[in-house]
Amino acid sequence: MLKRTELILNGQSSTEALTIADYMAAGGYRAADRALSMSRDAIIQEVKAAHIRGRGGAGFDCGMKWGFMPQPGPKPHYLVVNADEGEPGTFKDRQIMELNPHLLIEGCIIGCYAIGAHACYIYVRHELHLAKERLWAAIEQAKDKGYLGKHPFGKAYPVDIYVHTGAGAYICGEETALLNSLEGKRGEPRLKPPFPAQAGAFGCPTSVNNVETVSAVTLAMRMGGDAFSRMSALHEFNDGGVRLFGVSGHVERPGIYEAAVGLTLRELIDDLGGGVLGDRAMLGVIPGGSSCPILLPNEVVNVPGDPRFAPYNGKCVLDLPMGVDTFRSIGTMLGTCCAIVLSDATDPVIACRNLMQFYKHESCGQCTPCREGCGWLDRILEKVIAGQATLDELNLVSEVASNIAGNTICAFGDGAAGPMLAFIQKFRPAFEDYVRNGGTHQTGRLTL
Amino acid sequence: MVFSLSSEQTSEFDQILTRYPTKQAACIPVLHLCQKANGNWISEEVIQFVAEKLELSTAHVKGVVSFYSLLNEKPPGKHQLWVCRTLSCALRGSESILAQCEKRLGIKAGETTPDGNVTLRTAECLASCGSAPMLQLDDKYHENLTTERLNALLDGLIEKPKATT
Repeated sequence: MLKRTELILNGQSSTEALTIADYMAAGGYRAADRALSMSRDAIIQEVKAAHIRGRGGAGFDCGMKWGFMPQPGPKPHYLVVNADEGEPGTFKDRQIMELNPHLLIEGCIIGCYAIGAHACYIYVRHELHLAKERLWAAIEQAKDKGYLGKHPFGKAYPVDIYVHTGAGAYICGEETALLNSLEGKRGEPRLKPPFPAQAGAFGCPTSVNNVETVSAVTLAMRMGGDAFSRMSALHEFNDGGVRLFGVSGHVERPGIYEAAVGLTLRELIDDLGGGVLGDRAMLGVIPGGSSCPILLPNEVVNVPGDPRFAPYNGKCVLDLPMGVDTFRSIGTMLGTCCAIVLSDATDPVIACRNLMQFYKHESCGQCTPCREGCGWLDRILEKVIAGQATLDELNLVSEVASNIAGNTICAFGDGAAGPMLAFIQKFRPAFEDYVRNGGTHQTGRLTL
Repeated sequence: MVFSLSSEQTSEFDQILTRYPTKQAACIPVLHLCQKANGNWISEEVIQFVAEKLELSTAHVKGVVSFYSLLNEKPPGKHQLWVCRTLSCALRGSESILAQCEKRLGIKAGETTPDGNVTLRTAECLASCGSAPMLQLDDKYHENLTTERLNALLDGLIEKPKATT
């Protein structure tokens, strides 16, 4: 159901950041002021009632994650905001940081207090210079107002926020790699357990949350958790509130759109994105960043045994509300909720190789199945496209991908294997055409 | 040549250290600072300097430098140009954007122009998918590229041949 909102980006149409004065005129910083007079547990209960599913891709419930944080002990606690936006197709967090940075800063203050932290690091990927600049400026403005520092809002609960930067590595978006990078090390993921809530940044209890997640906390605390959750069409799936929906690739109006959770892919692509570019038919859509298996427009929802799916069973997947659990149930993921649309001009084999080149380049190299496997996938696909591969080698693709999945320290391996397996399963004839006929029946290109 | 920071850069260095509970955590921000002060690359001298200042082994600092793609182990050109090649940009024509850059600059991706002015590289997704195709020139994003806009941008980068007297 399409229900557009203007809460996260405040309906910002200009390219300037919302000033602190305008932010406050719209009710800004009152939620943080109030939160600092509440108990930690009361805040976490409110966030739980908001059903904010992690906006970074994994979809884990924010309130639950904060609930895992231990009571204050001898070690300091940290809030770390993941702003290492780099999942191919994803460009939403940048919008918040560049256009409405105070929404995030306010969320950081609330978050610090809720998890017992006095310091928050916002880990921004290095390339996003404008976002860093605007966050630092917002921090200074909040400090001047007395909302940060030793006595935020006059309360004896010091909060400091720092912008930290990476140096160009997709893997640092993985939370434990990010923590290593924050500590000044190579950004290689850590084995879990221990989870960050036990031993995160600097060996201390830490919660790592995505930019949009922390920003959503501000909204939930402003309007009340339950009211926030009920804006969503997927409230009964415990998937609440509003979020940013991105659409890129072959659509008329690519961009970021804000709406209530529960929008369908068709609404995102046709109503918001203006439909497939050049009136072409759709080949497929990658729903939420490159790690999510591609969906085809002829796929139907089939989730028997769950009464919540009764209204959708038998319908096209494009008409299923976009949610963390709804999309997991149809064999893909919601991921970052930024869709990449491929028109029928696109050669699926070439699109698949484009993604595998990405994974090959970005594998951190720590785990053998991923380091070697991603390289193999790219090399075999290169051979396929050159018309030099055999059917046995095509089968090797599935074998290599299956041997990466589940056999690595972090989720990167699954993120590479998932799309590979989906492409070769759903576009098998196109891959075979390359092997048998050198791809003569394929378009051989990505553009229109 | 021994590497050192100016007094202004030193105060920025000191400022960075105040943000973290450990000196090591300052490693990446300090490397960025030093890289900028050293003509956009990390030399052996910079590694020595950072290791000494942050009480780390040179092996650790080297390990960090070699891990991250934006820490240059060799001096790049005066300007650094990254063309995003990942799927959303590729669907909107990043291949021809790159080809146009290569043609006009007379180099391939990964190379620097002979006059040392521009280093051309491809980048993986720069979080600008809604305004594809795009590229990054030094610290700035150039989005929704067209042939004309790219040409104008490249005009500004290509040194005009000196008039013969």
